[in-house]
Amino acid sequence: MADTGLLFDQSDWSFDLLRRTHDAIEAVALQDLELEIYPNQIEIISAEQMLDAYSAIGMPLMYGHWSFGKHFIHHERHYSAGHSALAYEIVINSNPCVSYCLEENTMPMQALVMAHAAFGHNHFFRNNHLFRQWTDAENILDYLAYARAYIRRCEDQHGPAEVERILDAAHALMSCGVFRHRRPPAPTPREQEERARRREAEREREVHYIWSGLDRAQPGSEAESQMQERKREMHLPEENLLYFLERFSPVLQNWQREVLAITRHIAQYFYPQRQTKIMNEGCATFVHYHIMHRLHETGRIGDGAMLEVLANHTNVLTQPAFDAPHFSGLNPYAIGFAMMRDIQRICTDPTGEDREWFPYVAGCGDWRGVLKDAWSAYRDESFIQQFLSPRVIRDLRLFALTDDENQNWYRVSAIHDAAGYHRVRDTLQRANDPALNEPVIQVADVDLLGDRVLHLEHRMFDGVPLDDGNRRKTLEHCRRLWGYDVRLTSQRET
Amino acid sequence: MTHFIDRRANPKDRSLGNRRRFIKRVREAVKAAVDRSVKARAIADVDQGDAVAVSAGDIHEPSFRNARQGGHREYVLPGNRALRTGDRIDKPPPGGGGAAGREGSMSGEAEDDFVFTLSREEFLDLFFEDLELPDLVKRSLKRIESTHPHRAGFSVTGPPANLSVTRTMRKAIGRRIALQRPGLRAVADLAARIEDLERNAPRNDATRRELDRLRQELERMRLRQRRVPYLDPVDLRYRHFDLRPDPTANAVMFCLMDVSASMGEREKDLAKRFFVLLHLFLKRSYERVELVFIRHTHLARAVDEETFFHSAESGGTVVSTALEEMQRIIRETYSPADWNIYAAQASDGENFSGDSEKCGTILRDELMRHCQYFAYVEIMAPEEAAIIRSPETGTELWRTYLSVAEAWPNFAQKRIARPADIYPVFRELFARETGHG
Repeated sequence: MADTGLLFDQSDWSFDLLRRTHDAIEAVALQDLELEIYPNQIEIISAEQMLDAYSAIGMPLMYGHWSFGKHFIHHERHYSAGHSALAYEIVINSNPCVSYCLEENTMPMQALVMAHAAFGHNHFFRNNHLFRQWTDAENILDYLAYARAYIRRCEDQHGPAEVERILDAAHALMSCGVFRHRRPPAPTPREQEERARRREAEREREVHYIWSGLDRAQPGSEAESQMQERKREMHLPEENLLYFLERFSPVLQNWQREVLAITRHIAQYFYPQRQTKIMNEGCATFVHYHIMHRLHETGRIGDGAMLEVLANHTNVLTQPAFDAPHFSGLNPYAIGFAMMRDIQRICTDPTGEDREWFPYVAGCGDWRGVLKDAWSAYRDESFIQQFLSPRVIRDLRLFALTDDENQNWYRVSAIHDAAGYHRVRDTLQRANDPALNEPVIQVADVDLLGDRVLHLEHRMFDGVPLDDGNRRKTLEHCRRLWGYDVRLTSQRET
Repeated sequence: MTHFIDRRANPKDRSLGNRRRFIKRVREAVKAAVDRSVKARAIADVDQGDAVAVSAGDIHEPSFRNARQGGHREYVLPGNRALRTGDRIDKPPPGGGGAAGREGSMSGEAEDDFVFTLSREEFLDLFFEDLELPDLVKRSLKRIESTHPHRAGFSVTGPPANLSVTRTMRKAIGRRIALQRPGLRAVADLAARIEDLERNAPRNDATRRELDRLRQELERMRLRQRRVPYLDPVDLRYRHFDLRPDPTANAVMFCLMDVSASMGEREKDLAKRFFVLLHLFLKRSYERVELVFIRHTHLARAVDEETFFHSAESGGTVVSTALEEMQRIIRETYSPADWNIYAAQASDGENFSGDSEKCGTILRDELMRHCQYFAYVEIMAPEEAAIIRSPETGTELWRTYLSVAEAWPNFAQKRIARPADIYPVFRELFARETGHG
């Protein structure tokens, strides 16, 4: 195969062209950028199939639930009304790394998409410590297949309505169904189906142990000490509500506990993605930008194709100003890419300011090493804290705004000037800290002797309350799973 | 090693199951929308999808979330042009949803109504539900057009089951002849001759030369046999089938309705469902179905659908006028030789005294000869239906029609008070149709 000359000179793609282009991209990715990736599996799908993939949170297989139908209808409507274009690709954190490319993409777009997803995202999934530590790329597809089969079996045995009731409740608690601070128990791959069955008996014993034989008529101190013993077993406070309910709910049947376990594992699988939006998209965008430019410089991609690539690249990076009519928050692609490009600049062509802010990396020249280290060791929050440079703050003209409920105005607390850089950076870091921007709710206590009330505690930061309607409805779901009353109190933190 | 997989041929409707679950969840709202649109639509348009709005509350997926307002918050926003540290920006009035308030609401959905489109299938399912149609009927009504495969020559591609062995072999023979593939017999003969020579001929130079020549010839023939295969993929022929629509013809459907003051909204709605169902039956069987609407008080008039259902008229009730009008239209436009004629009549049973017998005569002696099927429904109030149980008793018109039904098996009459009563009117008609098909 020729290693020079244009890879393609037309806009229609074919599998031969895809293969050739892929190989050229791979050469740059592995030899120039020295990425470490999972083996790739690139699948070409139609627009309808892309819509299908959307609705099941991007996964190739998923159990059935009405909410996925709702999302499908939603996307379909937007798409067919022309409000939104389809994503060019969807990529799945699995080994092999599966990426879906839309058949309607032109050849230059397929090249861009492969560089972006099959190499950028792929490298990030494989190397970022959050993904390595909290997700199981080897087994996720097997696990989803198991989950789907299990839920279907439950529907056959217990009726779809019963299963839907449990899934509705479990979905409501999914955001409180992750381990944030300690390692989750290993997810269940296919062969663990057997183990799961054995575990059911164990589960029953566990619940039994917690709940039975507490004699209220006993002299107070003895029952008290037994109760304390059991509470220790529960490891309170527990941050993972689904895990707690799965283990200790006095009313759930075994299959219902397994359904909770399934939703909990899926929530855990997606948890790193929520914490690395900026980095993940930034990494993929940086990688495709670098690769496409390298291919263009070496004459493998024509000017016309490059223009198309750049036009799409620029679209993705659009960051409307805060007062623009279509502003919808910070664009993770824009800020991620800007920061990573700036790291490259700081490493190779630093200014005095950079040397002051980033003494360890400024001028070191090894931008590949610095970036790869960042991609593997940080999440959005820490990445911003470490690498958001004054230059990026100036370029994006970022400013910080304070919103106090007692005042009927917002106050500009910092802008892109020497006095404000630190404040802007710290504010953005806090805005990306999941412990601060998502409610932290944990199981605080259980009344074992009395009326079995489950006490949840909401740790309220900066006085930000829970949305009341959602709170009420979610608590109803909680009660359904717990079988008895559930109370939620908000605890002000400073 | 990277794998490329072409998934485009995979089934598309992976989400169909979830879509069904969703529609089941919002049943009530969807049902109401279907009823509304059956009322609002033209008869011929009923079997199409429709947009349905569901209130967002029913399908809300709750979770613990931070409220949009309250507490102390800090945001970082892009695109500052003129702001300086310490500047104040007035908050928008409550409920206005200011720029900063949107922060973090990327995943939050708007609380608007959720609008989506029902497919034709789903729409008909819900429409049929009230009518309590048996499944077989539902399936058959939902089918758009019936087709049958007809032989249509041969093609070079097809499923293995359709392989035409004779055709394929004929092609193979032609190719083998054209490419001069030596036959089995010729090869065997030559081999026999060589063997014969080897065994019986005197061993001299001439024989050796002859043997060499023959052996070379045999070698050449065997080589050629290997090069020109006995059966080649290019020989394959498959029986080809065309899907042709079943022979169908034209039908005209007469909708007759009493529009005197005694027919209220409820009665008209029931009548409309009755007409829609007949129309669906006919559309299944005929390529083209024309609709004629005749409404009557003491005068009958052919009108368009809009007027038929929606404009009010006052006057007495003389049913025979409608039948006469129908006769006239058949005479002028729809020759029974070319058209299959169906009629559906809806009325509350009231008729001008003495006119019923005239109706009976028209039907018995003339109209029924031309009609494939004539269905009469008498729409009554539910409380009436509870009292009048016996099919023999009833209004003058009802009793007259009973005698018509005796003489003509393709005349059906039925009292309906609820949508579920409509289908039995068609039961016989349908049984006859499936008997054919």
